Amino acid sequence: MNHPHDMGGRFGDGAVVPTPDGIAPYDADWHRMALGLTLAAGGLGAWTIDAARHARESLDPDDYARFSYYEKWLAALADLLVDRGLVSTAELAQGDAAPKPLADRAWRAGNVAAALARGTPYAREGAAPVFRIGDRVRSRALAENAYVKGGHIRLPRYAAGKEGRVLLSHGPHVFPDKNAHALGEAPEPLYTVGFSASDLWDQPENPADQVTVDLWESYLEPA
Amino acid sequence: MPHDHNHHPHSLLPSDPALRVQALETILTRKGLVDPAAMEAILETYETQVGPHLGAQVVARAWSDPAYLALLRQDANRAIAELGITGRQGEHVVAVENTPQTHNMVVCTLCSCYPWPLLGIPPAWYKSDAYRARAVREPRAVLADFGVTLPAEQSIRVWDSTAEIRYLVIPMRPQGTEGWDPARLTTLITRDSMIGTGLARAPAAPA
Repeated sequence: MNHPHDMGGRFGDGAVVPTPDGIAPYDADWHRMALGLTLAAGGLGAWTIDAARHARESLDPDDYARFSYYEKWLAALADLLVDRGLVSTAELAQGDAAPKPLADRAWRAGNVAAALARGTPYAREGAAPVFRIGDRVRSRALAENAYVKGGHIRLPRYAAGKEGRVLLSHGPHVFPDKNAHALGEAPEPLYTVGFSASDLWDQPENPADQVTVDLWESYLEPA
Repeated sequence: MPHDHNHHPHSLLPSDPALRVQALETILTRKGLVDPAAMEAILETYETQVGPHLGAQVVARAWSDPAYLALLRQDANRAIAELGITGRQGEHVVAVENTPQTHNMVVCTLCSCYPWPLLGIPPAWYKSDAYRARAVREPRAVLADFGVTLPAEQSIRVWDSTAEIRYLVIPMRPQGTEGWDPARLTTLITRDSMIGTGLARAPAAPA
């Protein structure tokens, strides 16, 4: 019922290993190319960020667990390229392809700075928010996409079926549950909802602690 | 084909990630889908220009200039744009301020969302299963991995970045920095202090 990426609150993981301050170096040479290829191919505009996330979380759970971070990116990139018809399975198997001129939609070096600086805003025009800051709300009981079986959703399992309070209201944002599956952007009001640690965990470290989660309006009902 | 993994096209590529990335690069550049020069320009941006030193400028200015702090609270994207900071994975920024009552800490349990234009590419630990799994349930134990201990009376608010809102933690300004200008203050502001797994450095004791 859930995908392997949804690991918030999971038991059994070991220590977090800090790294030196500053711009993080690559942990392996191939990481550099994995990052560059993923960003450059993303620039083709053949998939949304929501579709890219869904491709990563749809990896075989065994692969998701054993792949390092950039291996997940590479696997999802290959799957997306095939799904969108940009690369064939024969080309993947061969590791090569017949040469073609640079596509019009591929990023050029001269456009990179402007494209990165512009980003992709996700706020949209849309309906006024139903909830106000301070309102008590309850999240949907099941962290499952309501439109596509096994589809993308950004409600983590640990925060499903929980009561919290609206802390911030961001206005309508692109709705990932639909946008990931080519069902349109379907913008919905987005909120930051604060949950008490004692409502999320049976044995919180400190009952006064809180976790906030960014949740779309259709994930929520009045509490 | 009964094997579990074969329904994913990526399994057709070599399993060694270094060979895998090489094969994908060959295919994408040969097919004209990726321009190697553009890819190089993207990478150089994050290797040489974009990193935590940019977020540190925002924090130092917020510590020094009440009008700037007010703008940062009201419209963080306008405030960071004043310092020339914009871009991918920083389209919707919210600054969260640490106080003696509340410490803020940022995670993305579902993937690895991170304020790239302010802090650069996330460090490996931020993307690790251990951080993603544990930060929401036991933030104090995670902070201990970073050598940070908070007073019990200071509550923690962990921000799970599940949408396109990107959070920048404004650490508390260290004592003993009265009269420091923003450039000097930035030397105390670490990447981890802007994620909330660290605190701003204390000024070095006079020799």
